[in-house]
Amino acid sequence: MTINTSRRGFLKSAAAAGAVLVVGVRPDGALAASGSPSMLTPFVQIGSDGSVTAIVKHFEMGQGPSTGLTTLIAEEMGLTMDQIGYDFAPSNPQVYNNTLFGPMQGTGGSTAMANSFMQYRQAGAAAREMLLQAAAQAWGADASALTLQDGVISGAGHSAPLGEFVEAAAQLDAPADPPLKDPSEFRLIGNPDVRRLDSAAKGNGTAMFAMDIERPNQMIAMIARPEQQRATAVSVDASGAEGIKGFIDAQILPNAAGVAVFAETTWGAMQARDAISVEWDTSAAETRSSDEIEAEIRAALDAEPTYNVNGADVAAVRAAVDGADTVVEETFYFPLLAHAPMEPLNCTIEETADGGILLHDGCQFPTIPHGAIAEIFGIPFEKVQIKTVLAGGSFGRRATPQADYQVEAALAFSLTDRSRPVHLVWSREDDLRSGYYRPAFGHKVRVGLNADGSIVGWEHRVAGQSIMKGTPFEAFAIQNGVDHSSVEGTVDSPYQIPTAAFGLTDTEKATSTLWWRAVGHTHTAYVMEVMMDMAAKAAGIDPVDFRLAYLTGDGPDQTRKAGVLKLAAEKANWGNAPEVRSQGIAVHKSFNSYVAEVVEISGTPEDGIKIEKVTCAVDCGIAVNPDIIKAQMEGGIGYGIGHNMRDQITLTAGVVDQYNFPDYEPLRISDIGEIEVHIMPSAEAPTGVGEPGTPPAAPALANAIAAASDLRVASLPMDENGVSFV
Amino acid sequence: MAISLKLNGKDQTVEAEPGTPLLWVIRDELKMTGTKFGCGVASCGACTVHLNGEPVRSCQTYIEDVEGAEITTIEAMSENEIGAAVQQAWIELDVVQCGYCQSGQIMSAVGLLSENPKPSAQEIDDYMWGNACRCATYQRIRAGIQRASEILEA
Repeated sequence: MTINTSRRGFLKSAAAAGAVLVVGVRPDGALAASGSPSMLTPFVQIGSDGSVTAIVKHFEMGQGPSTGLTTLIAEEMGLTMDQIGYDFAPSNPQVYNNTLFGPMQGTGGSTAMANSFMQYRQAGAAAREMLLQAAAQAWGADASALTLQDGVISGAGHSAPLGEFVEAAAQLDAPADPPLKDPSEFRLIGNPDVRRLDSAAKGNGTAMFAMDIERPNQMIAMIARPEQQRATAVSVDASGAEGIKGFIDAQILPNAAGVAVFAETTWGAMQARDAISVEWDTSAAETRSSDEIEAEIRAALDAEPTYNVNGADVAAVRAAVDGADTVVEETFYFPLLAHAPMEPLNCTIEETADGGILLHDGCQFPTIPHGAIAEIFGIPFEKVQIKTVLAGGSFGRRATPQADYQVEAALAFSLTDRSRPVHLVWSREDDLRSGYYRPAFGHKVRVGLNADGSIVGWEHRVAGQSIMKGTPFEAFAIQNGVDHSSVEGTVDSPYQIPTAAFGLTDTEKATSTLWWRAVGHTHTAYVMEVMMDMAAKAAGIDPVDFRLAYLTGDGPDQTRKAGVLKLAAEKANWGNAPEVRSQGIAVHKSFNSYVAEVVEISGTPEDGIKIEKVTCAVDCGIAVNPDIIKAQMEGGIGYGIGHNMRDQITLTAGVVDQYNFPDYEPLRISDIGEIEVHIMPSAEAPTGVGEPGTPPAAPALANAIAAASDLRVASLPMDENGVSFV
Repeated sequence: MAISLKLNGKDQTVEAEPGTPLLWVIRDELKMTGTKFGCGVASCGACTVHLNGEPVRSCQTYIEDVEGAEITTIEAMSENEIGAAVQQAWIELDVVQCGYCQSGQIMSAVGLLSENPKPSAQEIDDYMWGNACRCATYQRIRAGIQRASEILEA
């Protein structure tokens, strides 16, 4: 078994205060003769009492890295999962950067395990080797004769708990290239019985989310916001809030984007915010409606695209489609979507004794708010600290290029004398109406089939609102004008489609656009997989066989995608559904993982569709925590299906129409039946699982609906386009 | 106004304006953070507590209406036979993901099992409908309730 991933760096140890051994990879990759602990990357800390703590550089929004990265350390140190704990890393991009993001610390793109797998194993292995070396010196034995298992070092006639050697081990240099366990020796990696480390606390009310942070003498702040994006506050009259218990003050934010309302309690802040009156300047405010956004996108699809994404000979592709025996054609529209994590956005900001700033936050991309806060307060980067706590979901919302809510908290705090910590709290209305959405997109696709049902041409236009343009990521995220996140999943699909043209047109943004669980794949997978299904039907070929005909290459992209497609079909008993049920299938690669899903439904669009069962097959390389992978597929499927069933954000004259969950109805327990997940055995490097379960879910449902009824849902959400659900 | 109530078996007197939601008395005044704020309009169930043994949405339960009542929150569930079984099942099956809704899910699940010790999948769906989970942990919630039912039966 080989592990297909790169290894990096040298390892170095240093003693920290209290005989704590910290082990990690030096940021500059160099092995210095001496170095201060602050220059190291402590992924594992060992106390002199033998307690081992994994330092987790990715935040926990439910996707499981606190368990996952801890598993890697425990595996290499021969510990059981109850012999190790974890802490979230502080904000320090030099040492805790996401190696796939460059010099930035952050969680996203389903990269937590992919960028940590070797790094954390190496740290755990180095710690193990140093402890063995220290024991060998103490016992006058050869380190190679010793083993570390379940927290005990033994061999050469001795046996002692690892804590006895921490002080001595801290004096040693870390091995440059510690031996890693052979995968055949894994006890924890790949073990389906490894349990989440956060289950108990999340089930008994003791888990501390950002919302639960209460700093001594803190104030609550809520922000009164304009109805229209980009309106600004001119004046505030707080007289209506006087007399509300706990109300302190209301002041216009320094950037005039809103009014900060301060109170002693959350309830007081909520009431006071409703009671003040604010005069807004709407001269520069957004006034468009979602109908206009949709009209602009649909018009763009009827015009020649701005960007020829794959450099195709468009005339030749068009001629091939036009000359085909059969042309299958469809136009798709995807509305704005909100993320709506269960915990409304919030964070707490305070001044430290040395004049620095400390932020308590379920922080997804620490480097961005870290820099923004330093700038707002005019203090050095080093004087800002971020304490990351549990996040009640995110789905992309807690990471914005503008650090929107952390900046709001900082601006509100800057209005005070900084003697009291400020806990900024959003309501659900703030969340749904905040203006950060999965952008609206449209696709228009024409597929030409010859007489034997083979694809002879594929002309594909995409139009929509770029996520990356106008953000600090523009410089490196845009190539030749193309925001790849607008077209990912189309032009780079593993399908070997001959004679294809992919074009893109950017449309204007009426709101802020933001990555939303699976980003561009949320619409591209739907289009690719519904088109493949329509083409298969037109060709009179089984949808699984039709897809496999475009996955015949022996490259990993084709074999792995075909592999999950066949596995899902087999496990779902594809083609043999009970008489009253219909099946639909979809398969998609995203974030370097391959996922196929079969959705089985009963009913009809007119009388009501019931989602009876979803069968999923995933290939994400080595399955580090199989049960967490299954959970992420289950959740990703629910997220994809729920929104596409019935959710959208709409605007009327620039004002968001939705207020709270009744207007943006979440998936409910009664909406979805059993989900069965199968993991493809693999020796490849681990890849993402947080997002890849989402993209195939809605197109598989759409394809099942088409199998039941001949209704092709091409505009979302489904319940606005001819489908009722029971 | 001063309101007396029994919270997790302990007599408490709280000072709150009429119209204050029980949720904010629990969180803001009593500093107990296991009960969560999710929507404020009784649409998500994250704030579910027991009022005289019945699950209610504390964000839409007003303090003046609970004078003298017995309020139970997630913090006391381990002392309740059904609550302990549900918590055990939740750990066995790793029901949670982000976990933010799970206090409310467990409070509702305990309410269901108190009325119906052996609910069918359909009965679970009907009862638990009002507790949203944005991570979509629903099938594990269903399995967790059935597992808790087994634990209680044993």
